[in-house]
Amino acid sequence: MSPTVDPAVRSEIAGVVGARYVFDRDEEKRAYSYDASLIRARPDLVCVPGSAEEVAAVVRVAHRHRVPFVARGAGTGIAGGSIPIEGGIVIALTRLNRILEVNIPDRYAVVEPGVVNLDLTRRVENEGYCYRPDPSSQKVCTIGGNVASNAGGPHCLAYGVTSNHILGMEVVLPDGSITEIGAPHLEPGGYDLTGLFTGSEGTLGIATKIICRLSRSSEAVRTMLASYDRMEDAAAAVEAIIAAGVIPAALEMMDREIIRAVEAAVGAGYPVDAEAVLLIEIEGPRDGLNESSDVIKSLCLDQGAREFRTAQSEEERQKLWKGRKGALGAVARIKPMYYLHDGVVPRTRLLWVMKKIAATAAQHRLTIVNVFHAGDGNLHPFILFDPADADEVRRVHLAGEEILRACVECGGTLSGEHGIGIEKNEMMGWIFSEQDLETMRRVRSAIDPAGVANPKKVLPSGARCGELSRSPGSAPAGAWI
Amino acid sequence: MTVEPSDFSAAKDCVSCGLCLPHCPTYREYPVEMASPRGRIELMKGLAEGELQPGPALEEHLSLCLGCRACETACPSDVRFGHLLENARAVLKDAGASGWTSSALRRLFLNQVFPRPAVLSALASSLRFYQTSMLRRWVQSLLRLMPGPVERLEALMPDFTAPWSAPPPELPAHGPERGVAAFLTGCVMPHCTGEANDATLEVLRHHGYRVLTPKDQRCCGALHLHSGYQEEARQLARANVSAFEATGADVVVTSSAGCGAALKEYGDLLSRDPEWAERSRAVESRVRDVHQVLAETDPPPPMGRIALRAVYDDPCHLLHGQGVSLEPRQLLRAVPGLELVEAKEPDWCCGSAGIYTVTHTEMSLRVLDRKMEDLLSLEPDIILTANPGCLLQLRLGVARSGSDVPVHHVMELLARASRGPDLTGPDELRRHGLTGERTR
Repeated sequence: MSPTVDPAVRSEIAGVVGARYVFDRDEEKRAYSYDASLIRARPDLVCVPGSAEEVAAVVRVAHRHRVPFVARGAGTGIAGGSIPIEGGIVIALTRLNRILEVNIPDRYAVVEPGVVNLDLTRRVENEGYCYRPDPSSQKVCTIGGNVASNAGGPHCLAYGVTSNHILGMEVVLPDGSITEIGAPHLEPGGYDLTGLFTGSEGTLGIATKIICRLSRSSEAVRTMLASYDRMEDAAAAVEAIIAAGVIPAALEMMDREIIRAVEAAVGAGYPVDAEAVLLIEIEGPRDGLNESSDVIKSLCLDQGAREFRTAQSEEERQKLWKGRKGALGAVARIKPMYYLHDGVVPRTRLLWVMKKIAATAAQHRLTIVNVFHAGDGNLHPFILFDPADADEVRRVHLAGEEILRACVECGGTLSGEHGIGIEKNEMMGWIFSEQDLETMRRVRSAIDPAGVANPKKVLPSGARCGELSRSPGSAPAGAWI
Repeated sequence: MTVEPSDFSAAKDCVSCGLCLPHCPTYREYPVEMASPRGRIELMKGLAEGELQPGPALEEHLSLCLGCRACETACPSDVRFGHLLENARAVLKDAGASGWTSSALRRLFLNQVFPRPAVLSALASSLRFYQTSMLRRWVQSLLRLMPGPVERLEALMPDFTAPWSAPPPELPAHGPERGVAAFLTGCVMPHCTGEANDATLEVLRHHGYRVLTPKDQRCCGALHLHSGYQEEARQLARANVSAFEATGADVVVTSSAGCGAALKEYGDLLSRDPEWAERSRAVESRVRDVHQVLAETDPPPPMGRIALRAVYDDPCHLLHGQGVSLEPRQLLRAVPGLELVEAKEPDWCCGSAGIYTVTHTEMSLRVLDRKMEDLLSLEPDIILTANPGCLLQLRLGVARSGSDVPVHHVMELLARASRGPDLTGPDELRRHGLTGERTR
């Protein structure tokens, strides 16, 4: 039997959300022990509140009893942000899934945190609007989770990540009080708390209402696919496109292995014998789109593209994107499990880092496949393995760490859009000084002095965190697969 | 033959990406992880590893699944969820983990009723008598005084009022013969959706098929399989394999999506039985849903005009279980005068799911209500589907919504079109229905 919370806590929480939405049997704890990452830990209790008031009341109970709590959306995170690493209470926000207000003239919508990303766009698309951030999991992931991890997506190249599209929110603070930050209109002055809370991964509280910026959908869109026989040429094309000053809405790269897996899974129409493909999308007013696509086409061909084609219909366009968005799941066709990284490099170092990744794979005898947001240098290497092979698992962690080291060395960073979670918090010392981290710690403890909101996440746990990163060979295997 | 750990190896293919979540009707209605495909796979992993034991918690969470397999269509890793679920339910059933009432109910229907044509027939006759006599009104007024499960059951009961007699073992094609089809009648269909069976025969013949209906066929075993009664399902499968291989027909045809999906997995079901493995695979390879067979007829036979606005609702076991969704639409679009409109969520389950309506009435009706809202918002003159369970469930949904839109099997409409004369519009449909004169 896994540990349980104090019966008093259980009954208080049941009093708030109703017995039907409190779970603590072994089966139920197991069902809330994972997300889309490899990290696992079981909560002591799960509750699924039905309103912001219930969330606040649950947090008050947790705070009073000093029980840690973790907010959870759809569980599609890939950095373990919603994993209850210290046990405690998982507060699942999936019932808070209402779109509370849509204001087209003022271009904003107020949503509850459990609203699925794509559902917001679907709600406003007939009126010619959309919510821009589009993580690959947008059919599933929640806006609350997007805010927590400051999620990105293929189209963030042109439009920026989640923090560029959040205007304000209602937050339950770690002591259970409710506060409102930001506003639907112009920046209200004072500290930019909306900026602070976006990407805080549930360590500063739980958003219960979120004001999202709505954007005008583009008048026209064009999606292109360029195929290459050499990865180097594809990387060079990316650099050339960005250098030419044509900023596509999305510029994605996929390598040979992922192309094959995706083709087997969804039949997106990618050439299975290419070494790399670029999926390029441009959008904007109809006038000018032809010029942009001509520029992109000639740049792609200049760098040796063996095929360049433009989707001729919306159906064909959706098919091309279906391949890209289904890549994550399709990877399981190659090996049973993957470890997905999210490092970022300056775009001019793409080719360098791709070679580094290939060398790392060879050195550790691993298969690493790549599908990533090339346009903004945001890598997504999938390191594939079989969880039953303990030595392979060990090598997977070594390789992952080496790839992230390489990203940081060439002037990049640890995460583009997945967040830090419990996966990379010990590496924060690679990119921040002790003073930087201390500033963050002081902000965190000012808002959560009791340390109950998603403890052990984002910031390094040790006092001298920079030196505490896992030494080679000490990957906590059991906890990570 | 019991379930082996290797029967759960498909669970390892799940990378917990969660892309299945928005496609799962129970998760959408009850958004907790245990009510999602990913959560259920996790529980089944626990069961396979021996970490979780068969018991009330697993039974509760795994029995809530409709088995619609929408998650399989959504899964980028190709996890065979339906297969996993059948195995898990078999483990739970063998461990006696099912609750007393639901397992007693299941046992009664799965062992004593569906596999026995005589019992089923007698039951249908008694229900027919009940539904046509004064007795029903008397019982209903009595039940109103004590609402509860029995009252609900009474209200959910399908219509048994039209008796159906089995067709002769062989019926010639109308016109030149294109092929020979062996027809699976299904166990319940003859008694509550007999018109759909008649229509299937008629349309097949109209398309040039000679139709054989072997007398010794049995229930397909789908309901048994979904409830964990694997051995019973295997027995029925063997009986059907032997009945259908004896016909020598080009194709084995059914107009019941649920039965078709089960027949198409006979090879898997009997794969460990040396005597039957090959024979079952051979029969399985000839199984086609009736829409698949008809859609291949080239050129299609002439059809009369049917001036109706129709919506087609995909049965889960046709769409997800067999990957058939274009063929019914293709056939309907070919009917002159018919306007085919599309629902917003054609892939949403209707909540029928075999005996789920009886075992999980509340969830079933919630899923159904969402379906009806979608379908009725299109203001169709007629709702069409391709599975008897869905047919009955949608009729229940229409009644619950206070509407009177008729619900029929696609075959009934095609039969009417092939029979002629033109159907002039909704008024005529309301007055005379689709059946008209029986032609057999």
